[in-house]
Amino acid sequence: MPAFDYAPAPESRDIANLKPSYRPFIGGEFVTGSGEPLKTLNPATEEVLAEVGTASAADVDTAVQAARKAYERTWSRMPGAERAKYVFRIARLIQERSRELAVLESLDNGKPIRESRDADVPTAAAHFFYHAGWADKLDYAGLGPDPRPLGVAGQIIPWNFPLLMLAWKIAPALATGNTVVLKPAETTPLTALVFAEICQQAELPPGVVNIVPGAGDTGAELVNHPDIDKIAFTGSTEVGKLIQRSVAGTRKKLTLELGGKAANVVFDDAPLDQAVEGIVNGIFYNQGHVCCAGSRLLAQESVVDELLAKLRYRVSTLRLGDPLDKNTDIGAINSAEQLARIRELTESGEAEGADRWTSPCPVPERGFFFAPTVFSGVQQSMRIAREEIFGPVLSVLTFRTPDEAVAKANNTPYGLSAGIWTEKGSRILWMANQLRAGVVWANTFNRFDPAAPFGGYQESGFGREGGRTGLEAYLDA
Amino acid sequence: MTSSTLPAGLADATRDEASLRRFLHGLPGVDQVGVEQRAAGLATRSIKKAAKLWAIDTAISMVDLTTLEGADTRGKVRALAAKARRPDPDRPDTPRVAAVCVYPDLAATAVRAVAGSGVEVASVATAFPSGRSARSIKLADVALAVDSGAGEVDMVIDRGAFLEGRYGEVFEEIQEIKAACGDAHLKVILETGELATYDSVRRASWLALLAGGDFIKTSTGKVSPAATLPVTHVMLQAVRDWYTTTGELRGVKPAGGIRTTKDAIRYLVAVHEVAGEEWLTPKLFRFGASSLLNDLLLQRRTQLDGHYSGPDYLTLD
Repeated sequence: MPAFDYAPAPESRDIANLKPSYRPFIGGEFVTGSGEPLKTLNPATEEVLAEVGTASAADVDTAVQAARKAYERTWSRMPGAERAKYVFRIARLIQERSRELAVLESLDNGKPIRESRDADVPTAAAHFFYHAGWADKLDYAGLGPDPRPLGVAGQIIPWNFPLLMLAWKIAPALATGNTVVLKPAETTPLTALVFAEICQQAELPPGVVNIVPGAGDTGAELVNHPDIDKIAFTGSTEVGKLIQRSVAGTRKKLTLELGGKAANVVFDDAPLDQAVEGIVNGIFYNQGHVCCAGSRLLAQESVVDELLAKLRYRVSTLRLGDPLDKNTDIGAINSAEQLARIRELTESGEAEGADRWTSPCPVPERGFFFAPTVFSGVQQSMRIAREEIFGPVLSVLTFRTPDEAVAKANNTPYGLSAGIWTEKGSRILWMANQLRAGVVWANTFNRFDPAAPFGGYQESGFGREGGRTGLEAYLDA
Repeated sequence: MTSSTLPAGLADATRDEASLRRFLHGLPGVDQVGVEQRAAGLATRSIKKAAKLWAIDTAISMVDLTTLEGADTRGKVRALAAKARRPDPDRPDTPRVAAVCVYPDLAATAVRAVAGSGVEVASVATAFPSGRSARSIKLADVALAVDSGAGEVDMVIDRGAFLEGRYGEVFEEIQEIKAACGDAHLKVILETGELATYDSVRRASWLALLAGGDFIKTSTGKVSPAATLPVTHVMLQAVRDWYTTTGELRGVKPAGGIRTTKDAIRYLVAVHEVAGEEWLTPKLFRFGASSLLNDLLLQRRTQLDGHYSGPDYLTLD
């Protein structure tokens, strides 16, 4: 009997309406930036997708001035109910153009279309809907009698969820009456620039949203610009520390959402099959390019063998390949640099004595791909247990008692998320109180909602995004 | 109560009522949200073209074409058998179905009607569908089916005893019926709609496997909800775990409510990705259905002809 070979079911790349070149969006217009243009690649094929104009220091200044003007003349003076209309309109336009955005996102980022279509784009729209609802209710958010916007927000977002991170940043900023200058990541600028088109379509007043593509130097210009009132950054801990240093001593407000090395704790009474699903979803979702990924599996010693057997079988069924294929579970690593970093860290895992198991799935010859990998026999002292790998690599550690589980889970400089798997409700509540992590999931992993605040402890950053708490980051209350 | 062929760990589990209970309640729990999420996620696999045609043919070859009405007649069974042998008379390359499934008193008619075709006769027995009768009557029911030549027996478990926690009784009954089946294959119907929780479905699956059931089957088709994807996921995990523990391959049969090709393909994807490729054979996976076959045939024609055909081109039997 032949095997059940799923025929390729790719989305057409034509849906993305890909253009040969994209330009910065400043003061409501697409302008020719005076920075050095960059080329953005399709990580699944290594082909150039488009040329993207970048913003120089002068362009960043123009963008900040445009944002300042828009803030003072229109946006901050507008009644909340009026602002809400624009934000709702943006949410609906994201929904209308969802297929285009999903395909473009998968082309530019390498993530499977299943995820961009079913998670990224709908959740991005949901963030605009949610925050639109807050725009005229800020007085009742419990943040003080008369919360005021901060002014111009400089926002810098990473490459792992380009459109979704944009939504997390822009939606609350606009709803609370701030104007923004946003820098998308240099490897994934395209959906942000289509979002700029959506702002035009929504007839958003010019200057309320400005998009300045570029690399780290553009980001530094933005961070150091004297007329910025707030910086919001999501990205690596290293860059986060640099930003915090440069902002120190200024009046600028700062929120940072940085790296993570989350523990996913599985007790011996856990629903094992669903725990396996949660582990897979926790670390292999979006190729592991998730700051809150469950990259450290802490399994109780009494079930670790059974759990590992089930996990390896499950991981070997994951389908790796063309991100545009609807049947693909794992797409491409976003860049050659990231792939090299993943390789370097996995090699260190082998060198330090952990047992490496790699899925036997076929790996395409072209493009940046990395087969899902599980390290067992990992000890806290190894690099793969301490450093964020940001790739489809899971480190499996063990524990004996609940106290040991808490101690090991908290034994990290990070603290963004954690997972608990047990059928015992009292243990879930006890653990959740002990774990130092911004989000603790119980019997699930990687669930998001605009109403649930997200953010970290220690080197995972500070400030919260989403929910009522998230509004505080954009208000002087 | 001990079953001699089991590996030591599992044989211990069936030593007495208490150890059976400890074993079944020691199985990992099933998280409802998680299993339903996984089932919904797998249901979005996109199966097209050659893969779809392969899936359709495979699904046809797995159908237990079923009629279980009080009004069943010999004529109806003969018509069903003819359809089972040659599902699409215009296309002789269409695979035959796996079996016809009838009540025990009609098994002899069915056996004559499918003779020589390779189609099996499955007969429901054990006071189907409620299972509420004396053990002796259930065994007599099985004997009628087997003596009539049925190669497969579909029994129902005593849900009353299961829900009361009398696992030993359910176990023994399945064992006795398995013995009464002789060479006939035994499919154990759990009636998952009445067991209500996924934890119970998992326990009942293991109970049936421990007692020697060749297949575990979701439903009689007389209770709603009948087969669902998440329930089938739990049962597929049970046979997969059984295989890991014992090296034996046992089958799964969802029955009731599977009407469309789209549904059937979702089940096949689950078989493929939850249990494994080895299970993609009529020996280990069946669909209990009556109206599913015609939709499969219609979709098969669509794939081959490139356009839709109408229901009038297919036989109604």
